[in-house]
Formats: sequence, structure tokens, C-alpha cells
Amino acid sequence: MLSIKNLKASIEGRQILTGLNLDVKAGEIHAIMGPNGSGKSTLASVLAGRTEYEITEGEVLYNGKNLLELSPEERAREGIFLAFQYPIEIPGVSNATFLKTALNEIRKAKGLTPLDSKDFLVLMKEKMKLVEIEKSLTSRSVNEGFSGGEKKRNEIFQMAILEPTLAILDETDSGLDIDALRIVAKGVNALRSKDRSFVVITHYQRLLDYIVPDFVHVLYNGRIVKSGTKELALELEDKGYDWIKEEAEVQN
Amino acid sequence: MELVTENINIKENFLQDFKIFSETLGKRNHVAIRKEAIENFRKAGFPTLKNEEWKYTDISPVLKLSLQNFQTENKLLSEKNISEFSISGNDSILIVMENGKFNAALSVNKNIPEGLIIQNFSTANHPEFEKHFAKYATHKSDSFVALNTAFNSDGVFVYTEPGVIIERPIHILHISHSENSVSYPRNLIVTGKNSQLKITSSFHSLNSFEHNMVNCVNEIVTEENSQLEFYLIQEEENNCYHFNNTFAHQEKNSTFNICTITLGGSIVRNNLNIVLNDQNCTSHLYGLYLLNENQLVDNHTLVDHAMPNCYSNELYKGLIDGKAKGVFNGKIFVRKDAQKTNAYQSNKNILLSDDASMNTKPQLEIYADDVKCSHGATTGQLDEEALFYMRARGIGESDAKALLNFAFAGDVIQNIKIDALKNNLLKLLAHKLNSHIEFDLN
Repeated sequence: MLSIKNLKASIEGRQILTGLNLDVKAGEIHAIMGPNGSGKSTLASVLAGRTEYEITEGEVLYNGKNLLELSPEERAREGIFLAFQYPIEIPGVSNATFLKTALNEIRKAKGLTPLDSKDFLVLMKEKMKLVEIEKSLTSRSVNEGFSGGEKKRNEIFQMAILEPTLAILDETDSGLDIDALRIVAKGVNALRSKDRSFVVITHYQRLLDYIVPDFVHVLYNGRIVKSGTKELALELEDKGYDWIKEEAEVQN
Repeated sequence: MELVTENINIKENFLQDFKIFSETLGKRNHVAIRKEAIENFRKAGFPTLKNEEWKYTDISPVLKLSLQNFQTENKLLSEKNISEFSISGNDSILIVMENGKFNAALSVNKNIPEGLIIQNFSTANHPEFEKHFAKYATHKSDSFVALNTAFNSDGVFVYTEPGVIIERPIHILHISHSENSVSYPRNLIVTGKNSQLKITSSFHSLNSFEHNMVNCVNEIVTEENSQLEFYLIQEEENNCYHFNNTFAHQEKNSTFNICTITLGGSIVRNNLNIVLNDQNCTSHLYGLYLLNENQLVDNHTLVDHAMPNCYSNELYKGLIDGKAKGVFNGKIFVRKDAQKTNAYQSNKNILLSDDASMNTKPQLEIYADDVKCSHGATTGQLDEEALFYMRARGIGESDAKALLNFAFAGDVIQNIKIDALKNNLLKLLAHKLNSHIEFDLN
């Protein structure tokens, strides 16, 4: 589904990704861990199409297409979803209008008829239960005045409505208490399917107790230096990142 | 030098026109005030960029036109024209002003609620009319007010008797269609003690004509404990020039809310002056301007806190595209006696093109020491982060911009308390933003 080869990206002349390789197949969950500043969020931003980053080398194929040539909205319409680490507040635009517009753009791209307000409301109600989101939250402006937990739940709610093929969760666990974390994980798990893949970016192993990954990768200095299964995450939790850093230095 | 000569010539034309016009005036027409006003105009002339109050607003294009200051009756409007502009809803009490003159045939004269007095100036005989007419509009300092006072052809006097609450809104519908001429409508609105009223005053023009200028003066008095909602909608074609002067005078415990929405016009200048003349008055001043092409819109507001314990809150917003220019100047005076004043002001602008521009200037003069005042002005581009967030959800760039612009401008329109008008303006806004997406229209 997603194939990243030797990806190098920089921002303001600073090289962040230094030759990253990653293959994600349909239905898999990949966790990407790594110390601060290793390039985790850059990877998420590059995949979602932020233009501040300059791709200096490498390629990203998504279902056989060159992802780097697509605009952010084209990527979303192709089924890519980024759950933001810091969701943006949009005063004056209601969650419902925002999501309905987004969903119908994606449906249009798929050749489906747009949902009318009534059908959209039914869909919304169904998905609201999934992430235990209050009805009032949907009529409020996008993320405006939401607590940190509400913002993160709103991201998962949006994901549930938009039903992406590839979801990238950028530190969705940061700033969540254990109850919110459980709700978010429940939402993600409910969306697991053989056709849908997840890239879960996280700093802590904690989230992976709830969203069990098929693979765990460690990102350091802009590339993946170690890959394994969920046991690797536990080892990192236990031993920290220093041994990974040492190993990486030795390899160099 | 050339410009100066031109200014003098056009000034002479106006003075000459008045001479002819004054001969048609009868006893009822406040001749003395008119003569005084034209004298003030003779002294002041038209403002130039050297005048601090007109620093960013060049009216020389207007002065190049050959404009007729008074017109023979030219009634062309039909019911069909009217329905096209009935933005204040069908239950509004409609008053049609055609080229600045009252059109009785198209105005509602039946089922006027009890306690509501509506008269046109040529027949107005109510004591409240004589008591307040031309008492607030200062023709000494403003040439356009002076010209309106001198040439004013007709107008509407609205009065709510004490204690009367009028549920149905009044819609004063101004339509201009006469070519190369100035119309001088004028309104006097007085809300009696404990009364409540909502008024839409909208300006439109029929296309397929040459230049046209409106010079309108509104005088408003809110008596003790009364409430007035006043909505000024400017939706003329882009070959129209509009000079609007509104003077509001508030008495004790009264509330005056005004929303000025400018969607059209080539050069538009709005002066809004509010005097909070007694304790516990409340005023909200909202403004929205959506500009494009070569439009120039200038809003000058003055909130004069003369007495203690009053509250005023001002929010003006602009979306400026093309080569359009916006000007905002917001004065707040807090006089020595006006302790415990709360006065807030905010002006926010989004420039949608590289050639668009905005000049904004808050002016606070505070002479009392126990007050809460604040002001803020921002001019910028659309929020890039919000745009990216929307695009990352599949919404195309132009739709994302339209959603943000709709939210930004809708923020002002949401304060309108006539539902039909609010919804019609939101629809107009959606149409102006030229997007196929479905906005929240309520």
C-alpha cells in the first residue's frame, strides 16, 4: 500500500529525513517510535503534503501512485488521513459543515453521490458513539475551545467518518489521560480492517498496549535504524533509547 | 492646480444648483436650515486628501462627474423590482424610496401596527418630527451633511410611541436608477420611551445606467429605555458613489445596535456618530465590507461616551480582494464625567490579493480615570494552518478559503436580529464567495 524508499527531506536547509525506508501492506499496523527530534512528525507532515518540507531525494508510492506529486486534498481523497498532533482550531466553521464538506469531496473523488444533510446526520450519530463524543461538539466550531482530549477524540471521530485506507496517527496519545487514551484506542481498533493500514507515531509504548502493532520501527536521525515486533516497543520502554543511539553510531 | 480648479468648478455647480432648487422650496421645507447649510458648504468646499479625516479617501473621481443635484419625478419602479430587493423578509413594513423620493404606491400603507408612526418628510407633521429634525446632523463640519441638508428632497420619519414594541421590522428600501444625478434621502428615527423597533435601511441600484450618487443622512434618537436595531445595507452597483452620515443620540438606559454591511459601490464613505448622552446606555456597532476590483470603502465611526456607566462594543471586519482599498477610523471619546465606561473596539481585515490594501486607525481619547477601554486592529492573510488542515481532510484549496472567509464575515452577520435579513445576507455572502459548497445558513 505504502512504499517509502530512501526518503530525504529538509526544512529551511536542515536535513531531517536522511534516507528513510518503510513498507506498509494493507491491513497492517506499524508503530514508529523514536527519541525527540528524530523526524517522526516530519514523516507525518511529508506524507500529508505539507509544503514547507523540501524532498531532496527518494520516492513515496501509495497504491502504485507517486504520492509526492499529489496536493494535500488529492492525498486525502485517495484515502490518506493524518490525525494531527496539534489539531487546528477553525472559528466559525462548524464541525458538521467541515466534515460533511470533506466527506462529500472524498465521495465525489470515489465516484459516489454526496450525502445529504439527513444521511450525514445518521452517519455522524453512529460514529459519535464510537469515540464517545458529545453531540454538542459537532455543532461547535472545529476544535475551538476543545480540551486536549476532545481535540484528539475529534481527530479519531473525523477518521471514523472519512474511512481512510491509510491512517497516520501523529502522537495521538500525547497529552491524553488513561481514559481518553482508551477511548481513542477503542476508536482506532474498531476501524481496523484487512484493507486499512495504520502508521502510529508515538513517543511512548503506552499507546501500544491498546493499539497492538504488527511492526515497531525506531526512527533515529531521520531514518529507521531498527525494526521489530511489539516486543521491541517493550524493550524500548524498559531500556530507553540510548542503546539504539549507540548501535546507530556504531553502524555509522 | 488642475484639480483645484476642477474642485472650484464643481463646487460652483452645486451652489448654482441650489440657487435654482431653493426657488422651488415652499414654507414647509425648512428653508432657513437649508440656506445655513449651503453657506457652510460654500465655506468648506469638498474635502481633499489634505483633510485628516479624508486622508485615505480620494473623492476626486466623484468630482469629475457632471452630476444633477435635483431631479424631476422619474418613477419607473414596479412591484417586480421591489421583490428582487426585499431582503428584510416579506413581513417587513416596506417603505420605498426611489431616487431619494418617497414612492407611496409601492410602500405599505395598510396594517401599520398601532403606535408606529411613519410619515414622509413632505407631509410629516408630528411634534416629535419638528422637535428632532436636523438637531443632530452637524452640517457645520461635514460638507456632505451640509449638501444633504440643503438639497434633501424627501425622507422618512419613523416614530414609536412610548411603550410600544414593534415586532415586524421596517424596511426602508432605497433604489436609485436615475443617471448622473445625486439623490439626497434622509431619515429621522425616534424610538419613544420603553419602545422597541428594528429597521433595515438598504440601498440598491438598477444597472444599465451611468454614474449615480447617494448622499444620505440618518438622524436617530433612542429615548429613555428604548431599543433600536438598525441595519444599513449597501448593495449598489459598482458605478455608484455613496456618502452616508448617521447620527445617533441615546438617552438613559437605551440600546442602539447598528450593523453596516457594504457589498457594493465604487466609493463608499460611512460616518457613524453615536452620542451616549445619559447613563446606562448600550451600543453595538458592527460592520462588514466585502470589497473587490477598484472599490474604496471608508468607515469612520465615533462613539462619544458623554455620561457614566455606558457600554459600547464595536466590531468591523473586512474581506478585501482585487485592487480594493479599505479604510477604518474608529474614534472613542470618554468624557470626564463618563466614569465606569466600558468601550471596546476591534477591526479585523483579511487581504485576499497582493494589490488589496487597508488603512486602519483607532483613536481613543479618554478623560475619565475609572474606565475599561480596549482596541485592536489586525490585517492579514488567511490562516495557513487552518487551510492546510482542511485540505488534509480532502477539501480543495478554493473551497477551504471560501469556508474560512464565510466564517470570518458571517461572524458579523450573525448579530443581525431580523432572521430573514440575516439569512438573505448569508446567502448573498455565499454567492459572493463563489463557491458551490453548502454553508451553514442558520
